Amino acid sequence: MKPADKKRVLKEMLFARRFEERCYEAYVERKIGGFLHLYSGEEACAYGVLEAAKPGHDYVMTSYRDHIHAIKSGVSPKAVMAELFAKETGCCKGLGGSMHIFGTEQRFMGGYALVGGPFPLAAGIAKGIKLKGGDEICICFLGDASNNQGVFHESLNMAKVWDLPVLYVCENNLYGIGTRIERSTAVVDQYKRVGAYDIPSAQVDGQDIDTVYDAAKIAVDHVRSGKGPYFLELMTYRYRGHSMSDSNAYRTKEEEQLWNERDPLNILRDRLVAAGEMTVDEYKQWDTEIIAEIEDDIIKFAEESPEPSAELLDKYVLAENDPWVRGGAK
Amino acid sequence: MAEIMYWEALRRAHDEEMTRDPLVICMGEDIGVAGGTYKATNGLFDKYGPERVIDTPISEGGYTGIGIGASFIGVRPIIEIMSVNFAWLAMDQIFNTAAKVRYMSGGQLEAPIVVRSPGGTAHQLGAQHSARMEKVFMGVAGLRVVTPSNPRQAYGLLKSAVRCNDPVFINEHELMYNMKGEVPDEEYFMPLEGSEVAREGSDVTLFGYNISVHWCLAAAETLASKHGINAEVIDLYSLSPLDREGIKASVSKTHRAIIVEEAEPAVGVGSEVMAIINEECFFELDAPPVRVSAENVPIPYNHKLEKMAIPTAQHVVDAALKQLGLS
Repeated sequence: MKPADKKRVLKEMLFARRFEERCYEAYVERKIGGFLHLYSGEEACAYGVLEAAKPGHDYVMTSYRDHIHAIKSGVSPKAVMAELFAKETGCCKGLGGSMHIFGTEQRFMGGYALVGGPFPLAAGIAKGIKLKGGDEICICFLGDASNNQGVFHESLNMAKVWDLPVLYVCENNLYGIGTRIERSTAVVDQYKRVGAYDIPSAQVDGQDIDTVYDAAKIAVDHVRSGKGPYFLELMTYRYRGHSMSDSNAYRTKEEEQLWNERDPLNILRDRLVAAGEMTVDEYKQWDTEIIAEIEDDIIKFAEESPEPSAELLDKYVLAENDPWVRGGAK
Repeated sequence: MAEIMYWEALRRAHDEEMTRDPLVICMGEDIGVAGGTYKATNGLFDKYGPERVIDTPISEGGYTGIGIGASFIGVRPIIEIMSVNFAWLAMDQIFNTAAKVRYMSGGQLEAPIVVRSPGGTAHQLGAQHSARMEKVFMGVAGLRVVTPSNPRQAYGLLKSAVRCNDPVFINEHELMYNMKGEVPDEEYFMPLEGSEVAREGSDVTLFGYNISVHWCLAAAETLASKHGINAEVIDLYSLSPLDREGIKASVSKTHRAIIVEEAEPAVGVGSEVMAIINEECFFELDAPPVRVSAENVPIPYNHKLEKMAIPTAQHVVDAALKQLGLS
């Protein structure tokens, strides 16, 4: 990444951090319902990988921790926040919620709430790309714990057998909800598990965006060049609990402190400041502007948007006026 | 109009749709090189190649999800699950994704897949290869369920299902692939909703679907020839949604209803049709509706016990005579 790009991405990551923190507050204020899974601490993963890819051209999908992947893919933060506020101006018209953010125009193919569910879906999109003959790839971000689902193995196997253009990004935050990886998983290094399917893989520091970007570049190039799937493991940490209903009691203060010292925003900021590319004051100025933008623009929009109309209750269950339901267009 | 077998009708629908649209693909276990367990894709591997006629590993959840993902970007997969018993392994993808993705994305994405799978009791296949799962599929919003009782329906329903933008589950039957029947020579599309009058009658309505339509028809012949009773047989080929109007029209004519199902009685087609009769035309009834269902047991291996577990045409005859006060 060029220094100008690094500065832009740092600002984007700061936006992501403030966006998620504001979601936390809105949840406490009961403006956001349901389950809410926040991405704070893991920003360098989505930003590093997607900087190395072509968001809007490549297909992206992930789990329920999906706000930031959607935003980085190009979905409007206003539409994401309005969705969280369950409003009709939300990206899914208030029918999806935090765990189901979609932006198909931006080729963000969704957030899915079943752990591991997107593994085959992403391989399927990659199969579709291959049939249609495009140069897109499909990038699937999932957590380490989803690798203990059966479809992880089934999907990797088929992705390899059929040489599908899919990049699996494992955001290894060390916990499956409240259970630490050593207690649930026989092989702790996730990249080793895909060796069973002869899929190339790498494990890198997920907190340093330069490292993530470099590894992602290799991964994306591999997949785009038609060599089949790739698996990239990023070692990271979420600052909040699994979801808002998680007391976070299973982690020690010492562990949290260690990871706080490796904050992805601070790592990049300090590097840019040391290189003379920016000043700490400039960063603080951004922060002030971002907080104001989120409050005055995004939250205001979500607050003032209307609730979904009652006609939306059953509008999207089945296709509307599909002629084949009646045996064809007559 | 040619008389062809059920599997040939399915094969013809696959072939025509794959010729028409290069994004129609089929996938499943042994469907390619081996030609399909029930020959529904016989010869298509040689004609369309391995990219479109895909032999999958034995990974029902995985390949069903792959079909769903491909459908997100315009591919039209026809997914064969070799036996409906294995469809349990694909339920997460069918129910949690295919049936819900249009809804939860606010109309942005849809999953126009077809899943075909045979169920039913066959020849001593035992408990884990004899499931009748239509009741499970028909209870889920966002999914269409059809079940062809003859080759014409098998052809026409698959043709429409491939083109429909909703996910469609086609419930076939292990014992019916060699059944012969007339199929139109020209292209034929069957509505995915509705029911058919398989036999007109006036004294009692026998509701069947898939294989039980044939038990109903046989029972109707016996009732007519031996007892002078003129039974109507309604073929509920669409299980989700069920044809409320068709059910109401027939019961309003005959004033008696017997629902015949190969599955266990609880939470099934019979109980659902009874509920519809209650809601739509209760006061048309001259007698309480009756179900003829399987025993509420896993299917045994022993042939005598296996036959005891599922209904026959004679059970339908007996139920009709009892309902009419003639036994």
